[in-house]
Amino acid sequence: MKNVRTVAANTFREAVRDRVLYNLVFFALLMMGAAILVGQISIGIEESVIISLGLTAISVIGLFIAVFIGVGLVSKEMDKRTLYALLAKPVERWEFLLGKFCGLVMTLTVNTAAMAVGLYLALWAVKHTLEKSDAWVLVAVYLILLKLALIVALAMLFSCFTTPFLAILFTAGIYVAGVFAGALRTMQAVDINPGAMTLMRGISYLLPNFGNFNVMGAVAHGRGVPGALVWQATLYAVCYGAVVLAGAAAIFSRRNLK
Amino acid sequence: MATPAIEIEHLSKEYPYGFLNLKKKKSLEDLSMRVETGEVFGFLGPNGAGKSTTIKLLVRLIFPDGGTARILGKSIDDVSMHRDIGYLPEQPYFYDYLTAAELLDYFARFHRLTATDRQTRVQNMLKKVGLETAKKIQLRKYSKGMLQRVGLAQAILHDPQVVILDEPMSGLDPLGRREVRDIILELKKEGRTVLFSTHILSDAEMLCDQVGVIVGGKLRGVGTPGEMVGIKTQGMEILFEVAEGKNLPLLAKATRTGERYRVQFPEEQVYGAIEQLKAAGARILSVAQIKPTLEEFFMNLVEADRAQANAVEVSGK
Repeated sequence: MKNVRTVAANTFREAVRDRVLYNLVFFALLMMGAAILVGQISIGIEESVIISLGLTAISVIGLFIAVFIGVGLVSKEMDKRTLYALLAKPVERWEFLLGKFCGLVMTLTVNTAAMAVGLYLALWAVKHTLEKSDAWVLVAVYLILLKLALIVALAMLFSCFTTPFLAILFTAGIYVAGVFAGALRTMQAVDINPGAMTLMRGISYLLPNFGNFNVMGAVAHGRGVPGALVWQATLYAVCYGAVVLAGAAAIFSRRNLK
Repeated sequence: MATPAIEIEHLSKEYPYGFLNLKKKKSLEDLSMRVETGEVFGFLGPNGAGKSTTIKLLVRLIFPDGGTARILGKSIDDVSMHRDIGYLPEQPYFYDYLTAAELLDYFARFHRLTATDRQTRVQNMLKKVGLETAKKIQLRKYSKGMLQRVGLAQAILHDPQVVILDEPMSGLDPLGRREVRDIILELKKEGRTVLFSTHILSDAEMLCDQVGVIVGGKLRGVGTPGEMVGIKTQGMEILFEVAEGKNLPLLAKATRTGERYRVQFPEEQVYGAIEQLKAAGARILSVAQIKPTLEEFFMNLVEADRAQANAVEVSGK
């Protein structure tokens, strides 16, 4: 695992030096603007608006980083041939892949944690206090992070066998489909034949169910998140992510680098 | 019999191309060769001959369609073998957000070196390749020649037994080329095995114990540079000076450069020519065998390969 740690630390260093964390400035400005504006236009729902806006921003910014940098993790190294000297060292290809994944997840964790601090500061600015129930925001942030880790794994899988452009399209497509996976499973339609319905259900179970990680509505309205949901979502992300990464490693381990 | 440093048996590689990658182009065909321990081996061939393909197969950047290879007795499929090899890619490019010292330290970490050992080796290596003063500059500001030096440093940082260099002189000025040559000779002196690809034949002649010539994906010959070019002499050459106005029939065939004449004969006529020159009072400066240079040998092979390829194209086979 030492090799994985070494690659992960370098991936994090790359993200920092390539100014990926500069998005935090944008988030800080958004939160400051929201805090000022919300205080003036909304009465009684400031907290809910700030939490919804903050969590949405954390999710969207993280999504951009996960998709675009996730796809580039492997493809950029292959295009620029920086990978050649590294793979001639005693490093297994799966170690490289896992290291890259961990490095970006580390970056996303720091980024998301910093944004969560910004969100709490904005909450404090509008309420002048923080309550115990505000701790649920952290749970929502944690679930967003799990979702982002899963997206990074998918982006890496696609970038192992296709072009960066197609990998971005595939990842974005799977994300959108995954958001509606839950709805697809429970859909009842009379005008679709039973065979197609079964096929659609089957596909919906193969798709990552991103609905599992969305507790934004409940948290914004001060409701708690059941512990079982958090554990199940964690287990789901770990298992699904492991399968996706294993697939990526299997493809990448036999890929010819030109 | 000692285990060879590198042993290649019937290695083949095809690249798919065309719509849906349905067509295949042979890049390497049934390559078999050995590089003995402690030897400097030059891998020669024109662009696209299969040199880099062979090297990439050895370091597992690509995978063979057939055949096997071993380095220091271990299969190339065994990643632990990479502890004992150093590799410089062709036209190397590294993480440009790192400094040279950071990059070398990063690569050294994969070789299980202690922090102190890493630091010492990185400093020594930067000094060796002449980058000590530029060690804190990010690689994005490095010239091509400087990147080549960093590449060389990362290849030999961990004292590998076998060093594989893909076009190590490429992009270097004459001074840089000389430094690389010195490093290769130093590695040889330390008993390490060096395999390097090049199309600069003078470098190969100067450095190599053995050379292998590859053209069109096929190995066309392996031997010492002398063996490769000097199996058969093409005749003799006499260099001489003679006073003006002498009636010497062989002057008609001679080439004059300043005061000196140079004339070539088949080997069996050389004694007769020497007698003629003695009789005319000429001063013989040298009598030497005419051998094709490595360059001529190489060009003949390349031209023969192109002629064969054209013939196949014309006949449609």
